[in-house]
Amino acid sequence: MLQQISGSIAVAEAVALCRPEVVPCYPITPQTHIVEHISTLVKSGQLKNCTYENVESEFASMSLCIGASAAGSRTYTATASQGLLFMMEAVYNASGLSLPIVMTLGNRAIGAPINIWNDHSDAMSVRDAGWIQLFVESNQQALDVHIQAFKLAEALSLPVMVNMDGFILTHAITRVDMPTQEQVDQFLPPFVPRQKLDTEAPLSIGAMVGPDAFTEVRYLAHHKQKEALSIIEQQAEEFQGIFGRDSGGLIKSYYAEDAEIVFVAMGSVIGTMQELVEELREEGHSVGILSIRSFRPFPANAIDKALANTRHAIIFEKSFAVGMGGVLASEIHMATVANDLKISSVIGGLGGRTITKKSLRKIIESAMQDELDTEVFLDLEGTTVVRELRRQQEEQNSGPVAENILRDMGVVSASKTH
Amino acid sequence: MFQVRIHGRGGQGVVSASELLSVAAFEEGKYSQSFPSFGSERMGAPVQAFARVSDKPITTREPVMEPDMLIIQDPTLFLAVNVFEGANTDGYLLINSAKTPEELGIEDMTNQYPPNHVMTLPATELAMKYIKQPKPNTILLGAFAALTQIVHMPALEKAILDKFPKRIADPNITATKAGYNLIIQKLEQAQEA
Amino acid sequence: MSNQDSNTDIPCEQQTVKFYQTGTFTVGNRLLDEGCRTVQATAERANSLDSGHRACQGCGQALGARYALDAAMRATDNKIIAANATGCLEVFTTPYPETAWSIPWVHSLFGNVAAVASGIAASLKAKGDTTTRVIAQGGDGGTTDIGFGCLSGMFDRNDDVLYICYDNGGYMNTGVQRSSATPPAARTATTMPVGDNPGSSFTTGKFLPAIAMAHEIPYVATASVHDLHDLERKVEKAMTFRGARYIQINVPCPLGWGSQPALTIKLSRMGVECGLVPLFEAENGKLTDSTKIRYRIPVEDYLKLQRRFAHVLKPQNTHQLDAIRQIAEDNIKRYNLV
Repeated sequence: MLQQISGSIAVAEAVALCRPEVVPCYPITPQTHIVEHISTLVKSGQLKNCTYENVESEFASMSLCIGASAAGSRTYTATASQGLLFMMEAVYNASGLSLPIVMTLGNRAIGAPINIWNDHSDAMSVRDAGWIQLFVESNQQALDVHIQAFKLAEALSLPVMVNMDGFILTHAITRVDMPTQEQVDQFLPPFVPRQKLDTEAPLSIGAMVGPDAFTEVRYLAHHKQKEALSIIEQQAEEFQGIFGRDSGGLIKSYYAEDAEIVFVAMGSVIGTMQELVEELREEGHSVGILSIRSFRPFPANAIDKALANTRHAIIFEKSFAVGMGGVLASEIHMATVANDLKISSVIGGLGGRTITKKSLRKIIESAMQDELDTEVFLDLEGTTVVRELRRQQEEQNSGPVAENILRDMGVVSASKTH
Repeated sequence: MFQVRIHGRGGQGVVSASELLSVAAFEEGKYSQSFPSFGSERMGAPVQAFARVSDKPITTREPVMEPDMLIIQDPTLFLAVNVFEGANTDGYLLINSAKTPEELGIEDMTNQYPPNHVMTLPATELAMKYIKQPKPNTILLGAFAALTQIVHMPALEKAILDKFPKRIADPNITATKAGYNLIIQKLEQAQEA
Repeated sequence: MSNQDSNTDIPCEQQTVKFYQTGTFTVGNRLLDEGCRTVQATAERANSLDSGHRACQGCGQALGARYALDAAMRATDNKIIAANATGCLEVFTTPYPETAWSIPWVHSLFGNVAAVASGIAASLKAKGDTTTRVIAQGGDGGTTDIGFGCLSGMFDRNDDVLYICYDNGGYMNTGVQRSSATPPAARTATTMPVGDNPGSSFTTGKFLPAIAMAHEIPYVATASVHDLHDLERKVEKAMTFRGARYIQINVPCPLGWGSQPALTIKLSRMGVECGLVPLFEAENGKLTDSTKIRYRIPVEDYLKLQRRFAHVLKPQNTHQLDAIRQIAEDNIKRYNLV
């Protein structure tokens, strides 16, 4: 059924259609509307046989997920930013224990400086945690990919994180096609756990593993993620068969195969790029987009193939490894090392900085003229940076950087907090 | 694609207005999106919200930079924010004020618009009359429908009924109609003149 | 006890083996009348924690855990699931690829066992399973320090979990460091007996049973491994309640305390008899019962068997001894122990 609703409500409704049995939650902007709506669905009786728990921290939230999933229940939670960091130890533990938990990450920057707006720093902070990490471009995909996430998690017995741009998607009201319960039931069978705490067949989960077997256990985790590469593709196809929509999968190409210059990115920025690329192609330019929908597992082969005919790939990222640069850029570089491919890394949209079509156009135009640097910070205010650098050079006690810059820019921060 | 930017202050229903607009467009079978300028949700703080309406799917995620319709819910914002930034002066402008553009001192801006594309109306006073609260958003939505015909009254009414319980929806629908009728009246007067 | 041994017709009081005097209640009391025996006295006993695990000689925790969980198994017709915090109990029971647990058992992290148990309880609730019960267990570090937030959350929600804390007064698994349950003056690797105030500080610490009572959860109890009947009774009683329950068991640690492994039971009793380890029960935040001290002993008798307190008995540290005596006095008054 077509509905005009916010991304958060769409995801909450989709999760409810997946019949989760345990949903612990802890509020953090910008995912909060999702768990708020699920709580209403549970309390009103619309979502049956589901235990909803208001817990005292994100660490507890993920820990409840671990217990509930180990006890054989389909389990879901959502978080963002600092919340993900606060639950970090349990995030690693959930994947280490191979528990098929599904979690939404309403992508948001990480402080300090505290910032509630969107970027991908939180997702990137868990890129080695062993979770499947999927990214969505739109609210329709967010809804669809959550349904696929439960099936994927349970097929692999691995936790799946659906990354959804905070505010830009969670708070945007758009048209979505909400599937029926029958459709979801047809796609997603009841949860049959691979391991379960059961008094009839007692087993121990979470034993200490020493050097003699640790490598093997870790290798198998890697192997499982590689298996996921084909399962993600199969499930996207199966999904399309039942729901009639192309959602999910490993990558999505928009003219990438026959374009000289290709934007590579993840998440909602793909939408803005689509509009720009349509315009540019009408103007006769050979440009395209490659959307990375599965970040973990990283579909290196699929990316390499998709960029085989590309001259210049512009990797656009909403986060970066401080002291190194773009994470996605270096991974794309690894994936395409055999290709004669020029790679530029563009970092933008940090802490909610608006990514305008105009700025993206400038990037692509300088690429067309072969003037794009290998590392670019989109719309960086150079004068502000220089002023602060000078201050640090001249004064030993130059003070806190963030506050200096706010003063320079004359910005009065009126944001709400955590 | 028709793009709308609404300026107001926290508590004036700016975000709700953009949502209602997008839902009304959806009800009429159009593609639409709406979203707030995120973060500054404190009462009284300057707030923006955006809406787009189109016959085709909308993919862009950038805020509305060049609004075809600019709705100013609070004229005191002229002092705080450059509300006119990027405005498409072939489009429309709706201002919540009993004063004329000349009295507001913004005629340099409003003169760039085609005739009858700029309207001022005392939406807060009307809101106090119809909904007993200083929330001018639904009055202005009615005015928007009358001025642009991008969405129409039945769809707006349905959007309001879907979003609010009846006791809140009913006075708001009356308010929307009042805003609508006022602009229709103004347009007719202008036609006669 | 007035029961008679059925084989010999000798009244219990007249038995030549006086259990209390031999310093243990743990022999299974096979000479007692059946009704008086502990669950451990029969071959058919529940067996949550199997032999062959890797605990140290004289480990109070291994003993306490086995008796507590066996009692819980009996009380629930073997329908329990246990979640375990990181710590000695976890490490010595599950050396890969072996496990000493014959019940469904999960270990996740150090600081989250209460939340993991809440998750299991939430799962059982969603499935409508009212017969299977959940136990969370951990040491004092995992309970009073790193796991405190999750534990308090579990209490607040009144989740249907029995939390058992095995309190040996420190982080023994990592090499004997101070926890907020380490007794004042005790030597640990991070509170060495040097300076004017040797050993752990005389701060208030965290006496978790009182904190649990402040949450007004249905049932709180303290127990000690010298009186296993009492321990079993309290576990069984805990299983008659629904909601969050907390039992703290005093478990001597020969390694951390610097005591003889053979003295574990004796020390456990002496801690109680000198007033430093009060045994009591509370329901909904109110004290309902406390175990009277039968033969009160001076605290120094208890301290002198533990190297961790050796410095307290030196002449220059009498102020510490006096302060510890005062703690015992306060306990006796507060918990009505005589």
